[in-house]
Amino acid sequence: MMNSTERDAPIIRYRVYVYVWSCLIILTGLTLAAAYLEFSGLSILINIVIASLKASLVVWLFMHLKYESRLFKVMLLLAIATLTIVILITFLDVLFR
Amino acid sequence: MESERTGHLNQEGQRDYTGSKMGMWLFLYTEFLLFGGLFLLYAVYRTRYVEQFHTAAASFDTGLGAINTVVLITSSLTMAFAVSAVRKGDRRRSVSALFLTILFGMGFLVIKFFEWKAKITLGLFPGAVEMFQLPQGEVIFYSLYYVMTGIHGLHVMIGVLVLVGMMFLLVRKKITEKDFIKIENAGLYWHLVDIVWIYLFPFFYLLT
Repeated sequence: MMNSTERDAPIIRYRVYVYVWSCLIILTGLTLAAAYLEFSGLSILINIVIASLKASLVVWLFMHLKYESRLFKVMLLLAIATLTIVILITFLDVLFR
Repeated sequence: MESERTGHLNQEGQRDYTGSKMGMWLFLYTEFLLFGGLFLLYAVYRTRYVEQFHTAAASFDTGLGAINTVVLITSSLTMAFAVSAVRKGDRRRSVSALFLTILFGMGFLVIKFFEWKAKITLGLFPGAVEMFQLPQGEVIFYSLYYVMTGIHGLHVMIGVLVLVGMMFLLVRKKITEKDFIKIENAGLYWHLVDIVWIYLFPFFYLLT
C-alpha cells in the first residue's frame, strides 16, 4: 500500500535507551557532586560541560539525530553557531565596555 | 483528497517523513534560540552580580531540583520507548509508555508548583514588597527564575496535552507502525523540553 521511497531510521532497541538513561542519571549525580565539592570558578565550567554531554546524549540517541540525514546535523550546528556568535558578541560588549 | 486526509502522503502515495521531521526540527531550533536568548540574559547578569546570584541560588532546594531532573530524564526514556514500541507494532506497550510519560510530566509540574509556592509565600515574586528590599542582583535572579522556569513549565504543559492527544490517536489506530510521524515529532518536542531542563537545573540550583 505504501510505496515508500524513504529509508526509515532503524528502530533503536529498548536496551540502548536504558543505557542512555543510566548515563544521564550518572551524569546528573556527577553534576551534583561537582556542585557539592565546589571547585569555585571551575564548577561553572564543569556544570556546563556535563549539561552539554547530557543534552548531546538526548539529541543523538533519544532524538536519534544519529540516524538522520546530514542536513539535519548541519542545521543543528548552524543553530548552535548562531547562538555562540550572539553570546560572543554580547560578551565582547559586556566585558570590554 | 487522499493527500489532505493523511497529511504526509503525497500524490504518489509516498511518505514525506523527511519533510515532516525537518519542519519539527526547524521549530525546535527556534525553541533552542528562544531559550538560548534567556540563558544569555542570565549569563550577562551573572557576570554583573556574581555575589547576589550566589546568595539567591543558595536559597533553592537542590534536592527537589534533582528529583525533577530525574523525573524528566525518565519521562524522556518512556517517551523513547513509546516511539520504538509503536514502530515495532506494539501499540499497547506504546500507550502504557505514553501514559507513564504523561504521569512523569505532571509529576514534574506538581513539584514545580510546590517550589513556586514556597517562594511566593516568602514574598519572593515580581512585584512583591519583599522583593523591593532585596539587592538588585537577587531581584533579577528571582525574576529570571520565574520567566525561565515559567516558559519551560508552559512547554511541559503543552507537551502533556500533545501526548494526551497522541494517546488518543494511538487508541483510535490513527498512529500505527506504518504511520508514526505524529508520535515521532511529539517525542522530539518532549525531548527538547527535557534538554532545556538539563540546562536550567545547574543554572538555578547548582551554580552557587
